[in-house]
Amino acid sequence: MSAITGNLGLATKQPEHKSDNYLTHGKGIKSWLFSLDHKRIGLMYMIGVLTAFFIGGVFAMLLRTKLLTPGLMYTHNEADEWNFYNHCFTLHGAFMVFMFIIPAIPAVLGNFVLPMMLGAKDVAFPRLNLGSLWCWIIGSIFFGWVLLGGILHAAFGPFANYWANALIPAGLDTGWTFYTPYSTAKAANGTVEALLGIFILGFSSILTGVNFIATIHMLRPKGMTWFRMPLFLWSLYATSIIQILATPVLAITGLLLLAERTLGVGIFDPALGGDPVMYQHFFWFYSHPAVYIMILPAMGVISEVITAHTRKHVFGYNFIAYSSIAIAMLSFLVWGHHLFVSGQSPLANAIFSILTFAIAVPSAIKVFNWVSTMWRGDIRFTTPMICALSFIILFTFGGLTGLFLGALSNDVHVTGTYFIVAHFHYVMVGSALFAFLAGLYHWWPKMFGKMTNKTVGNIAAILLLIGFNLTFFVQFIAGAKGLPRRYASYPPEFHKYMVTSTIGAYVMAVALFMMAGNLLAALINGKKAPANPWGANTLEWHTASPPPHDNFPVEPVAGDPYDMGSWVWDEATEQWVLDEDHARTVAGTEPTVHQH
Amino acid sequence: MSELVNKQQAAVALAGDTFSPARDHHHHPPHLAHHFDTLEQQFASGKLGMWVFLATELLMFGGLFCAYSVYRHNHPEIFEFGHQYLDKTLGAINTIVLITSSLTMAWGVREAQLGHNKRLALCLILTLLGGAGFMCIKTVEYHAKWEHRVFAGRWDQYDPRYKGPQVPHEPPTNEPEAQAEQQIKNNKMLPQTTMEPQNMPTLPQGANPGYGAALATPQAATAPSEAAATTQAGPMLQAGDAYADPNAGTADAAKIHPMQGVPAGLATRVHAEGKWEVKFDDLPKTEQDHVLTFFNLYFLMTGLHGIHVLVGMGLICWILIRSMKHEFGPTYFAPVDLVGLYWHLVDLIWIFLFPLLYLIH
Repeated sequence: MSAITGNLGLATKQPEHKSDNYLTHGKGIKSWLFSLDHKRIGLMYMIGVLTAFFIGGVFAMLLRTKLLTPGLMYTHNEADEWNFYNHCFTLHGAFMVFMFIIPAIPAVLGNFVLPMMLGAKDVAFPRLNLGSLWCWIIGSIFFGWVLLGGILHAAFGPFANYWANALIPAGLDTGWTFYTPYSTAKAANGTVEALLGIFILGFSSILTGVNFIATIHMLRPKGMTWFRMPLFLWSLYATSIIQILATPVLAITGLLLLAERTLGVGIFDPALGGDPVMYQHFFWFYSHPAVYIMILPAMGVISEVITAHTRKHVFGYNFIAYSSIAIAMLSFLVWGHHLFVSGQSPLANAIFSILTFAIAVPSAIKVFNWVSTMWRGDIRFTTPMICALSFIILFTFGGLTGLFLGALSNDVHVTGTYFIVAHFHYVMVGSALFAFLAGLYHWWPKMFGKMTNKTVGNIAAILLLIGFNLTFFVQFIAGAKGLPRRYASYPPEFHKYMVTSTIGAYVMAVALFMMAGNLLAALINGKKAPANPWGANTLEWHTASPPPHDNFPVEPVAGDPYDMGSWVWDEATEQWVLDEDHARTVAGTEPTVHQH
Repeated sequence: MSELVNKQQAAVALAGDTFSPARDHHHHPPHLAHHFDTLEQQFASGKLGMWVFLATELLMFGGLFCAYSVYRHNHPEIFEFGHQYLDKTLGAINTIVLITSSLTMAWGVREAQLGHNKRLALCLILTLLGGAGFMCIKTVEYHAKWEHRVFAGRWDQYDPRYKGPQVPHEPPTNEPEAQAEQQIKNNKMLPQTTMEPQNMPTLPQGANPGYGAALATPQAATAPSEAAATTQAGPMLQAGDAYADPNAGTADAAKIHPMQGVPAGLATRVHAEGKWEVKFDDLPKTEQDHVLTFFNLYFLMTGLHGIHVLVGMGLICWILIRSMKHEFGPTYFAPVDLVGLYWHLVDLIWIFLFPLLYLIH
């Protein structure tokens, strides 16, 4: 019982005392860079990941600006212009995929929230967690090196000095997929550095996955059965399974490609008895599940945000939980749909097509459950909720167009067109990015103890939604009309689509800067956040904002994570407070019965 | 730790709560991390984490095994031909060495559980010796491959880009006996190959063959003078074949007409000794271009495995030092157990590699 009262004590009374939270626990740069605290590691990941997002975004703007005209934009001759474009879209993809979206939700939000949702003091292996961060940093340095090398080469031309040429890579123009034979024969020489970077970034991802699986298995608190875990944890668990089983395949693919480039082994070279399609199989065996590394935790965030900001118990808990696991399993069986036109056998094509349709089922189950959660709920249009609603819209678009692409006959028609570009941006940006932003806004008060400005946040979120659709919806049309992707130029009849798309991209940039300003302004002069600003019942809201170094002064006992009835609005203090009588009946080991 | 406890107590006191004994750190076992409740929980977490990590290792090697099965399915003859370069005896010895080291490792874990740190150290030293022995034998094998000029990528004589050594290691003589003797001296680590010295890819002085040309001169045994003449003419036009390659001498010759110059009669030749069951010339023409696939896979698979052995030896050194400080006992032996698991996995992978690469029929 003391556990519960202890809980309530912190939840209802904010500690006035400023010196005891994880932000102030230990001073100096070293106490951050070598911290074993999952919350600090999460924040450092956030800084890194957002930096990568910014760099990737700059490349996106360069690309879209170039596409305002089919002709020359930045240079005076075509070869340089096309070359520059190739480098831009490669680095845009590589930064966004490997350094931003894949680590964004698990490593930032997951790291910060997961142990607290479990009522634990930390993840199971804090040192591995720090190792994961440093792997990310070192891997990113390799990409920084490629980027810097590309800039130096562009500025000062090819170097006469042998060592300068060897040490300064001439950028990266393979596309983020490193398809052979471009990556082994024709590509700029940054491939080796980039592959090393990806190998190390892969370790970062694996270590996070190992950590989360062990933590969820071993550190659940009293009262938290598997089916009382918050849905975010289910999705992180499913994500971790993919991270540990798929990432090593990328690692070996990268090593084989490295061996091919440096030693000249011919694993992927048909002239030497190898097979370039094998590369595509290997690469997509990782990279298709990796799409679910991006989207599964995003779905988890949305499950949390929708239920919290609807003030209603999540609908179909078991279905959402199981569908996460189903997606993780099926994700390993669909990679072949990237090879429909790569010379795969018709039988394999048909099987992969059917499996691709199958994976749409658990995804759709989630969407239906979120919508049902909102049905007759008490919907609050907070910034995280606006982002989550945008997510549902955009994910539905992205998911349904995924079915168009899973259908063999249609895929052959639109493969290699802007239709593909639009589809995966709807999933990877429209869904994963919006969920990441929803999560950031949702947990920002927990991270820093400050509320964001709702008006500015909402305007920015809606602007982002508009900008996003402006950018990418027209690409569906352009793609269906046959505009090929990856080219720096285009036929004049596509000019209007490209210009619309570019204007949309600028709107997105403005909206994202607004959001960044909004979040930073909250740190400086935001309203002080209570322990539980949304009235949600997962365990992280049971401790102070920002949380103390050890998360919980007393070990919490978990009940139903979505029992909204245990928090009531207190008019006097204008805060959500825990209804102790209700909470007592909920906490414990008996299954919860609750009314709304 | 005490500072942390104090701060925590202060925090709780300031928050106005009763202090819960559940988070009392006063009776804290020395190896228990602050976020675990008991040593058992900590041990179980570590073990689970290690198994999960081993799953990633399996998947990583799985990529190579997958490449192996695809290429072996597509080019079975190449694997039969290439594996003859590998020394089954040394491979078998290495298998025994590694399995024995797994035994000493498992024994070490038991000693750690019993708290016998000295015996543990002995077991670890034996395991280290096993690992070192494995790597030494592997080095001898690699060296033999280097001598035979079968190596990964463009250092492999079957690679069209192979330039050949500027100065051959052993300039061949024209006397067959002396040559054979020389070969036996060179290849004493590879007993099964010494019977067929002419198939050893020792290149004639100045030769710069294209595809697999070195093995296309098998007549040397019966007609040494002809072989000597062949070296002058170049491999493509040897053995009196009437075919004249219009692309001869161009860089693309080998790619355009791989092995067109090999006389058809050679394809049916079976060696009397029966040691080299598949000869280069017996391979289908299209497969002769792809021989180096086998060596690439061999070096990538055993090389990656070798790196894992080295990492394992490093980890064993780490727990050896700790065992010398008498750190392990019945309540705390997790590091020994986990390193042991890793070592067994490395062993297990070799147990798959050995038959897949060495014992092909």
